[in-house]
Amino acid sequence: MAATLRRFFDSDLWWSFTRSPVTMLSAVVALICILGALFAPWLAPHNPFDLASLNLLDAFKPPSWTEEGEAQYLLGTDDQGRDVLSAIMYGARVSLLVGLSATIFATTLGVTLGLLAGYLGGKLDALLMRICDVQLTFPSILVALLIDGVVRAALPREVHDQIALFVVIFAIGISEWPKFARTVRGSTMVERNKEYVQAARVIGVSPPRIMLSHVLPNVMGPVLVIATLNLGLAILSEATLSFLGVGVPATQPSLGTLIRIGNDFLFSGEWWITIFPGITLIAMVLSVNLLGDWLRDALNPKLR
Amino acid sequence: MFAFILSRVLQSLPVLFTVALISFAMFAYVGDPVAIMLGQDFTEAQRQALVKDLGLDQPFWVQFATFLGNAVQGEFGLSYRLSRPVADLIAERAPATLELALTAATLALLIGVPMGVYTGLYRNSWLSRFFLTFSLVGVSLPTFLIGILLILVFAVWLGVLPSFGRGDTVKIGWWSTGFLTWTGIKALILPSITLGLFQLTLIMRLVRAEMLEVLRVDYIKFARARGLPNRAVHFGHALKNTLVPVITIVGLQLGAIIAFAIVTETVFQWPGMGLLFIQSVNQADIPVMAAYLLLISALFVTINLIVDLLYYAVDPRLRIGRGQGAH
Amino acid sequence: MRKLLWATALACGLALGGAGADARTVRWAASGDPNTLDPHSQNVGTVSMVLQQIYDTLISRTQELGLAPGLATRWEQQEPNRWRFWLRDGVKFHEGEAFTADDVVFSVTRALAPTSNYGIYVDTVERAVQVEPLVVDVVTKRPDPILPNKIASVFMMSRSWSEKNNAARPQNTRQREEMHTVRNTNGTGAFRLTARESDVRTVMTRNTDWWGWKEEASRDANVTEIIFRPIASDATRIAALLSGEVDFVLDPPLQDLNRLRQAQNIRVLEGPEVRTIFLAMDVFRDELLYSDVKGRNPMKDLRVRQALYHAIDIQAINRTTMRGQSVVTGTFFPPQVNGYVKEEDVRLAYDPARARALLTEAGYPNGFEITLDCPNNRYINDEQICQAIVAMWARIGVRAKLNAMPLAPFFAKIQKEDTSIYLLGWGVPTLDALYSFQSLVATRNGEQGDGIWNYGRYSNPRMDALIERMKTQSGEPRNEAIREALRIYREDVPHIPLHHQMIPWAMRSNLTIPHMANNQPYFRWARMN
Repeated sequence: MAATLRRFFDSDLWWSFTRSPVTMLSAVVALICILGALFAPWLAPHNPFDLASLNLLDAFKPPSWTEEGEAQYLLGTDDQGRDVLSAIMYGARVSLLVGLSATIFATTLGVTLGLLAGYLGGKLDALLMRICDVQLTFPSILVALLIDGVVRAALPREVHDQIALFVVIFAIGISEWPKFARTVRGSTMVERNKEYVQAARVIGVSPPRIMLSHVLPNVMGPVLVIATLNLGLAILSEATLSFLGVGVPATQPSLGTLIRIGNDFLFSGEWWITIFPGITLIAMVLSVNLLGDWLRDALNPKLR
Repeated sequence: MFAFILSRVLQSLPVLFTVALISFAMFAYVGDPVAIMLGQDFTEAQRQALVKDLGLDQPFWVQFATFLGNAVQGEFGLSYRLSRPVADLIAERAPATLELALTAATLALLIGVPMGVYTGLYRNSWLSRFFLTFSLVGVSLPTFLIGILLILVFAVWLGVLPSFGRGDTVKIGWWSTGFLTWTGIKALILPSITLGLFQLTLIMRLVRAEMLEVLRVDYIKFARARGLPNRAVHFGHALKNTLVPVITIVGLQLGAIIAFAIVTETVFQWPGMGLLFIQSVNQADIPVMAAYLLLISALFVTINLIVDLLYYAVDPRLRIGRGQGAH
Repeated sequence: MRKLLWATALACGLALGGAGADARTVRWAASGDPNTLDPHSQNVGTVSMVLQQIYDTLISRTQELGLAPGLATRWEQQEPNRWRFWLRDGVKFHEGEAFTADDVVFSVTRALAPTSNYGIYVDTVERAVQVEPLVVDVVTKRPDPILPNKIASVFMMSRSWSEKNNAARPQNTRQREEMHTVRNTNGTGAFRLTARESDVRTVMTRNTDWWGWKEEASRDANVTEIIFRPIASDATRIAALLSGEVDFVLDPPLQDLNRLRQAQNIRVLEGPEVRTIFLAMDVFRDELLYSDVKGRNPMKDLRVRQALYHAIDIQAINRTTMRGQSVVTGTFFPPQVNGYVKEEDVRLAYDPARARALLTEAGYPNGFEITLDCPNNRYINDEQICQAIVAMWARIGVRAKLNAMPLAPFFAKIQKEDTSIYLLGWGVPTLDALYSFQSLVATRNGEQGDGIWNYGRYSNPRMDALIERMKTQSGEPRNEAIREALRIYREDVPHIPLHHQMIPWAMRSNLTIPHMANNQPYFRWARMN
């Protein structure tokens, strides 16, 4: 264990990490977001999901440092009397869960199929790319509506409520995979004709091995770019979906939902309802993206 | 080459068929047009009559076959919501969406590619870091909020740009364009920024990533060694080789732009197909939704075809790759 | 199609050219656009708010929604089944045709067509007959004391124009072609249509020949042009008003009212609407579709309904969610409606302790689970109201899940009776109590509109009998029936009433226009300075 740790701290990765203040800052911000979200039930001053504790008369309280603010609501309250700070912490939990799971799902599926299509080509390629076409044609929102509809029809009601979250993850993931597949396929087609791949093929390395150890690392650059941007996108998609009545209920809002609700109060002076969740979302997406950038550069041997 | 195009066109037929099938199946879940059309006052007999009138009492496959048969002849029927031929409605709205999408895409390319090249070449400069970080702030917010914030600043506070609509348009044949009037151009600015922001970021970061890769490749080093000027190396060799993935993404994003135009058009009351679609969803206007989805998928299949053709133009090695065939 | 577009382009050009130096143009915005301009095809506010600028009715409304002479100068119930109307002389349609009794016969017949959506206003009408060129009789199937109230909503069209343009009947959905009336109008009203692009803009210019400009109410009116533009997004609509791009917003969001009141050059008019928001529940099935209570239906127990009622702090919703823009109520139509009785407009008090006691008494000491279906884009702040109610119920142990959705799937769902409890709003265009009783609490029998919106399937024989009396009787016996029905409504709790909506209007302060409880701006009474 200690040896592993020492090896990690001696590594180039750690070295490049310590040399980049932006990256370190991002890591700290991301860590705060993740920890805040993870330990929300213990850290948050209130439980915004406990409906019985909400009081409508507490609604629209401004942040505590303003004139009409109250000390117990640091960042104010929203239209239902929810503490904004607690709502952000709980909301970030939902958003992170949905965003991460959907992105991992989409990346895995997209990269695998993209590699296969690009490397093997032929009928498989044509088939997969046509599926991509169909998939990309549909705005992700509609795909999600369809999946939700099918789930509703196919499964009993009790089950539907319990798996609502998984439906959202699946719906967002399934509508994002073609992006990865198309990109990986494009790069794979270039890579597989390069000398080193051809050389590997000549000396008899098996196709799965070539794909995994030679092609894959070389197409990961664009994939990481898309995946990191996609994480933010997935979180935002989830907000749009809950707006359409699919996904997490408004009584258990995610970060995106909080922004969507607060949007209505932007002109009326109750800016804190949307600005604070917005800042949190920016901080979260930004830090993840910057970490992704760093990771890509650090992992890429050619850049050293 | 011709055979390739032909095979791709043939391949797209099942794509369109599947899109038609899926979109048609989807309508069962967006709501009941009859409920919307009848309004507050109706009798059960009237309801039954309308259901029959619309053919909604037929089995799914019969409804689908009828729809497909009509669609093949370019006949999409009458919009339930507006009582007007769907083809007319779409022809009326398409210019607005296409002009918006085109402007947004151009904006994203014209700014995104140079920014990507710059940040790739001078990856440690202060300006590069600024570009990279702050372009991300823009994509970390939901599109609707960005639109509203832009309206708040440029329409309400500064009062320099319109908050909604297309301004004055000029008719050229059946096409209505906003490019030819001053108000039309002013009206384009905020929506196209809102719509293009995400694409801009994506393109910039992608070009940068590819530039970084390419600049380390041997032939670039070789070109440098030969004493070619920096500019020739950067733009003649490096940029050209980054274009394959960039073209893929831009091609793909054109579809995304048109899809995301739905949100932008709603925020800015932009009278395009996206606004038409979302209003059709709200009122379960099935003929419009079906036609819109089919049109978008036809557009998309075309874009994909063009992207694949461009591959050939840009990267000659792919021709050999194809020639070797699948194994 | 190309021809049509050219025609539109030409019309736009004309509209621009027509605006002279003395032009007083009102730029008006609202969230929804009229789906059609056919006068008898869709009976919704977004359509009639534009049509009533262009078309007249036999009887028009006063600013207090009373009845006033319109195209008819006088009317009288000649026999129990016969109403006679004497028409105004010298009225011309916008395209020049003279208005006669034959046009009335035509318009009433058109409203009676099966494809018309205005059937509710002519439900008792058998036919209309011309007596003289300017006298017309409306023959009813049964005595109808409130016919004038209803005929005040039927727009008058020209027979020759309609027949010439193949538009003698309202749009039939089976038709493949667009009807002329969808985008063209020919009324007798104060404004004529000059341009129409659906979802983009509708332009109307002053009809200087209109008969009504001489009337008292219109003497100071000076609007020469109306440009209506729909802006669906709330925030954008308000931004357009604040930035001076529009002069009049019909439906500003409640939360922005304070900001608007403080803004310079902007005025907010407040007033009530004839629309009541309430919760209705499944009191019919033996087991609820969406609940954890099995084998019985808690909603069938009066005590449970009362408990849910007692748990709602309606004053808090009024103050916070509605920003004071609602009228709290204990019944299901507002005072403007004929038949309203103040003594029956009493709520069960907000009393969580009592609510919990009632639940315990009914056998649910730990509450139960239920799903509340709620639209999220139909009524003012509908989803927020539902959220607040769900939280209030949580405090008495009722664990409600909120299922909020857009209106299309929402209405589809409740019309299949696929719901356990839902939020609904109900407007009363006839301004008579029968309309609400018949649609909402009569036993659902599939005919004659009885119980057509009673998706909780409430049924009470005594209530049904009283509703039958309302249909045929008049005078004191009818009022007696309404009073008793209202009492049963209050005691039986078939719904949990919440409030009547208020409808603030926002405008630039140089515009003067009377606020109307039917949420329709009448620009014939408007003045721009």
